[in-house]
Amino acid sequence: MAGPSPRTLWRRLAGPQNNNLWFWIFVGPFLAGIVVFVLTPILWSVVLSLYEARNTVTPTRFVGLDNYADVLGDSVFRSSLFTFIAFAAFIVPVTFVASLGLALAVNQVRFAKAFFRSVFFVPVACSYVVASLIWKMSIFNGLPGGLANTVLGAVGFDNRAWLSRPHPPLYWVVIVSERMWLQVGFYMLLLLAGLQRIPVNLYEAASVDGATRGWQTFRYITLPQLRATSAAVLVLLLINAFQAFDEFYNLLSNAGAGTYPPYARPPLVYLYYVALGRQQDFGHGSAGAVVLTLMIAVFTLAQGRLLGFGKRDSYG
Amino acid sequence: MAEVRPTGARAFAGATALYGVLAVAAALFLIPFYLIVRNGLSTDISLSRPDWQLFPTDLQLGNVSALLDNPTVDFARSLRNSAIVSIVQTTGTVFIASMAGYGLARIPYRFANAVFVFILATLMIPAAVTFVPSFVIVSEIGWVDTYQGLIVPVMFQAFAAFLFRQYFIGFPLELEEASRIDGLSTWGTYWRIVVPNSKGIFAAVASITFIGSWNAFLWPLVVGKDEDKWTVQVALSTLLNAQSPRVSQLFVASAIAIAPLLIVFVLLQRYIVEGVERTGING
Repeated sequence: MAGPSPRTLWRRLAGPQNNNLWFWIFVGPFLAGIVVFVLTPILWSVVLSLYEARNTVTPTRFVGLDNYADVLGDSVFRSSLFTFIAFAAFIVPVTFVASLGLALAVNQVRFAKAFFRSVFFVPVACSYVVASLIWKMSIFNGLPGGLANTVLGAVGFDNRAWLSRPHPPLYWVVIVSERMWLQVGFYMLLLLAGLQRIPVNLYEAASVDGATRGWQTFRYITLPQLRATSAAVLVLLLINAFQAFDEFYNLLSNAGAGTYPPYARPPLVYLYYVALGRQQDFGHGSAGAVVLTLMIAVFTLAQGRLLGFGKRDSYG
Repeated sequence: MAEVRPTGARAFAGATALYGVLAVAAALFLIPFYLIVRNGLSTDISLSRPDWQLFPTDLQLGNVSALLDNPTVDFARSLRNSAIVSIVQTTGTVFIASMAGYGLARIPYRFANAVFVFILATLMIPAAVTFVPSFVIVSEIGWVDTYQGLIVPVMFQAFAAFLFRQYFIGFPLELEEASRIDGLSTWGTYWRIVVPNSKGIFAAVASITFIGSWNAFLWPLVVGKDEDKWTVQVALSTLLNAQSPRVSQLFVASAIAIAPLLIVFVLLQRYIVEGVERTGING
């Protein structure tokens, strides 16, 4: 039989000259996985979104853009987008400011720096489920013996039901504080790394020029120098806010009854109940997923543009 | 304009204020951990009292065995499931992503850049947003309620490949050239020279992946519907949402659920911090 002998085949495999083959050996498995488990699902759901598919994941009847019209016309879906916008408008700036504040403070201290960094970072190891459990059952449990109500009582306020009432929307306090506890340490670390990359001589030069320490150096040196890191942090915060599911589901849903209150329902919770709850409606679920994927792409690109994402840290 | 320099006294006052703020913040950050310990060691009755108990009055060590005997949820089995899923997923992710990162960083190929841009583009689409499509595919191949369904679809992390690529670009070329002269193949160079000299990045990606996998909730909730495939997070969520949850048991379960990660965290914190900082460098 004609063909390369095992020996020459081995040479070809082993030889450093045959780079094309080696490239695919190294990158191929990863790329195949991405194609099968990321790309194909998205394309499949684009197809599925044009069909009726209830209680089944195979398309049954072609309905054109009806699913999209239904989803976009669904007031529950639209209110989930408002929930996301309200949530993002809170969580993104508040987490950013808190992370930056902690990063600046930790960067300043000489003694016990590693200790403080660890304390702020360690919640990153906790899951949203564990944090929701602590927040729901111990801090904001609405009982007089809950931590939040104990603190309120000590300063003379009445008990609050934190999660079970939509008015006033105190559930935001619970959701935002939980997410901050889990996330702030991570972003603090990113910003701390950014702070440590700022050349010291910039501050020395500013001091020679008569800039006062504190606000002026912060405004004219630290902030501009931190621009690229800040942009990355803000983009990550927005993407993460868009993906919020775990804490909403665990704090608010009644999983036993398969129900969710009519308020504080973010987009992924909406999708979960459409596609995987009682309804098992994959046609509408896919349409919703496509709409959300497009939205997050647009949001990310727009915010990236706005903040000059991808530029190097430079003089403002 | 007179130059303002902090005098000794002012600097001291400033430092004191700074430490004061940090100490208060640190105390706030540690409260949830304190609550896990306190509640886990208390009785449900003492937890429902209206007055605040700083410490449990009568230590309840029996909560652990009560949790393991809880008929609602087989907690021990969920721990085993989580261990299997997290360890296999971490191993797979690190192995596949490191190879991809090395290939992209080091093997000259005409379309290497196009492939890299494609991988970066998938980074823009967060996995959580595509959970419905992913579930559709997984049910088509019949992987619902299986370990492979829990593990394989989330094993290909563009972010991990990206971190490895950035690292390998900076790997000293002389080391690799020496190994080529010694007659090692591309694979041999990678496996015997590059990997053993890159322990830090492997530890960083492995620990970040492990934490993410252990804490994952949405995907296991969707794919591992069947009770015997519940991971720790799904089991915890089920206990939390039970009709009349046993509060002290919930906190014992939480303590057990975060213990492995705290161990990983304490042992590998240096690498995790390094890994997180690396993500910012290319911001």
